[in-house]
Amino acid sequence: MSEPTADKIPVTVLTGYLGAGKTTLLNRILSENHGKKYAVIVNEFGEIGIDNDLIIGADEEVFEMNNGCVCCTVRGDLVRILDGLMKRKGKFDAIIVETTGLADPAPVAQTFFVDEDVQNNARLDAVVTVADAKWLSERLKDAPEAKNQIAFADVIVLNKTDLVSKPELTEVEARIRGINPYAKLHRTERCKVALSDVLERGAFDLDRILELEPDFLEEDEHDHHHHDHDHHHDHDHDHGHHHHDHEHGHGLKHYHDEDMQSLSLRSDKPLDPDKFMPWLQQLVATEGQKILRSKGILAFTGDDDRYVFQGVHMMLEGNHQRKWKPDEKRESRLVFIGRELPEAMIREGFEHCIAA
Amino acid sequence: MTDFDPRQQASIATVTDQVRPVSIGAPVSALFFIGDRAAFVGDEETVMLVASDGDKTAVTVHGGAILSSASDGKRLITGGDDGKVVALDAKGETTVMATDAKRRWIDNVAVHSDGAVAWSAGKTAFVRAQKGEEKSFEVPSTVGGLAFAPKGMRLALAHYNGVTLWFPNMAGSAQVLEWAGSHLGVTFSPDNKFLVTSMHEPALHGWRLADARHMRMTGYPARVKSVSWTVGGKGLATSGADTVIVWPFASKDGPMGKEPAMLAPLQTRVSAVASHPKQDILAAGYDNGTILLVRLEDGAEILVRRDGGAPVAALAWNAKGTLLAFAAQDGDAGMLAL
Repeated sequence: MSEPTADKIPVTVLTGYLGAGKTTLLNRILSENHGKKYAVIVNEFGEIGIDNDLIIGADEEVFEMNNGCVCCTVRGDLVRILDGLMKRKGKFDAIIVETTGLADPAPVAQTFFVDEDVQNNARLDAVVTVADAKWLSERLKDAPEAKNQIAFADVIVLNKTDLVSKPELTEVEARIRGINPYAKLHRTERCKVALSDVLERGAFDLDRILELEPDFLEEDEHDHHHHDHDHHHDHDHDHGHHHHDHEHGHGLKHYHDEDMQSLSLRSDKPLDPDKFMPWLQQLVATEGQKILRSKGILAFTGDDDRYVFQGVHMMLEGNHQRKWKPDEKRESRLVFIGRELPEAMIREGFEHCIAA
Repeated sequence: MTDFDPRQQASIATVTDQVRPVSIGAPVSALFFIGDRAAFVGDEETVMLVASDGDKTAVTVHGGAILSSASDGKRLITGGDDGKVVALDAKGETTVMATDAKRRWIDNVAVHSDGAVAWSAGKTAFVRAQKGEEKSFEVPSTVGGLAFAPKGMRLALAHYNGVTLWFPNMAGSAQVLEWAGSHLGVTFSPDNKFLVTSMHEPALHGWRLADARHMRMTGYPARVKSVSWTVGGKGLATSGADTVIVWPFASKDGPMGKEPAMLAPLQTRVSAVASHPKQDILAAGYDNGTILLVRLEDGAEILVRRDGGAPVAALAWNAKGTLLAFAAQDGDAGMLAL
C-alpha cells in the first residue's frame, strides 16, 4: 500500500526554545549551496526574514484523536499543508517544519504515525533541537517545554558555545545527557553545523535503527574507560554545588534529571514474542503519556530476523528488519526516554519477557 | 500488480469500448461539468476543458497549486496557493474574484446556485453575493470544509470539534454544532434537513438540523474523501471502504438506527463516487483504477474502466446525466456518453 521510503519526501522538524537560534539554523540550511529546494513550514509568529520561495505559515493546530487517548494529538494544520504541498511534488526536495519555541514536538511526530496520506507521501526524518548553551541549564529548570524538546530530539545543536566557558559547556552537555544520552550532539557557534548532520538523518527509519548506544560512547570511545571517575550525581536543587571544579580533563559528568530520564534495557537471552509484544503494547497503553520516545532492537526465540520498533508516546511501529549476521551478538536492547518513568515496573516486566 | 476478479473480467456487462479516452497529461484532483464541457482540475495551475467530442482547451487559473474547487454547473471556482480565488466560466474566461491580503492559501471554496461565492483562508471564511459586498467570519480553528445550504444565505464551516452555521446576512447569529475531532468536508442534504461532515478519522458525522441530533456513521477502513447525494437526496454515497457505502436519508431520522447499503464490492477501496443527477445510478471509482456504474436498487454493475491504472481521482456527470467524465490521479481520463 505505502510507497517505498525513497519516494517519500523527508520532513525535518526543527524545534528549540525561544531565542536558541532556530531561525539562524533554518537560514543556514536554506542559504547553503546544496542544490536542493526546501519547502518551509513556519509558525505565523516567526515571520522574521526567511528567504525562500516555498514558505507556508502554519497555525500549530493540535487536535486530539477521537480514540479516547489524551496524548494522541495530531497537528491538523500539518496534515492540510502537506496535502497541499504534495500537489507541487517535484518543485522541492524536502520539507522543514519549524515549531514555535514553546511547542511540544510530539504532535508533529504523531501526525506521521496516524495519518495515512501523510504516511504515503512523506516521512519524518528527524527532530532537530537547537539549544542555547548559555541559557539551557536555566530553562531546563523553569521551562518544561525546553526539557521536552531535548528529550524528544534525535539531533541536538548546542548553539552559542562561544558565549560560555569550558566548564559551563561541560555542565550543560552533562545536563542534556542526563535527559537524552542518545541524540547526536553538535557544539556550534551561530548554528554552524554540517547540513549532513541535521538533514537526511533517517532517525525514524526502522531500517536505520542500527544500535542503541549513547551518543557519547560512540563519539568519544577513548573517554569510555575513565568515564567512571567522573561519575557524579547531581540534582536540580543543589546547583550551587557545581560551581566547584569537578571537571577531570574533558571527562563526562553524570547528572540525573529529576523528572525526565532515559531507561535502557538489555538482554542477551532471546525474548518470547508472545510475551513481549503484549507487554510492550500494554506498557505504552498505560504509561504512554510518560514515554516520549521508545526504540528497540529485539532478538526473539526461533526467529533469525532482527525485529526493530520505535514509538512516540502510545504509538508504535515495528517490523522485521533483516537477518542477524552470523558474527553478530543476538542481544535485545530497548531504550525509553520519558518523564517519571516507572523504572522498576518496566525492568520487571521486561525480565518476564525473556524466554524460559 | 492488479487483482484478478473473474466476475469483473468475464461476465460483467461492459461499456469500456464506448469510452472516449482523454489524456490530461498532468495529475488531476477534481472534476466538474460546466455546461457540457468537463473541467478537469489539475493539481497545479491549469484546468483542462474538454468537450464531448474530445476538443481540449487548457486554461491557466493559478500561479501554483490548485487547492480547492467547486462548481454550480455554470462556473468553476478555484482557490490556489497563490492566495487567489478564480472563477472560470463556460466560455473559458477567467475572473480573479479575490486575492488574499496576506497571500494565504485558499483552502476551501463553495458556490451557491444564486451566484454567491465563498472561500476560506486559515480560520477566516469569506462570502460574496452576486452583487454584494464581501463579508467575513472567523472560527476558532482552520476551516476544514465549506458548504452553502441549498436554501437561503447560510454557510456551514467545518473545523475542529464541530461545524459553525453562519448566516452572513444576520449579524451575531452563528450556530455551533459540536462534535469532538477534526471535521474536513461538509455537505447539506438537498432537502436542507441534514448536515454531514467527513472527519479526519475514518468516519462521517451528521446532525439533524431541526434538533441538532447526532448521527454517527463509522466503520470505514479509510478516511472518506468523496461523498455524493443520490438522486432526490435519498441517500449519501461515500468512498473509503471496499464497497460503496450508501447511508439512507429518505426518512426524517436519516441513517439513525439503520444499516447502510453496501454496493459494488471489490478487493480494493472506493476512491470516488458520483451519483447520476436523474436516476438511481451512481458511478464508483476505485484505488486500482476500476470504474463501475452501479444501480442503487439491486447493485447491478456495468464496467466503465478496467483495473490496472492509477487510483480514480474524480468522477462527474453533466446536469442532464448524459455524460460521465472520469480522471485517474495520473491524468489518464475519459468520457462516456450514455
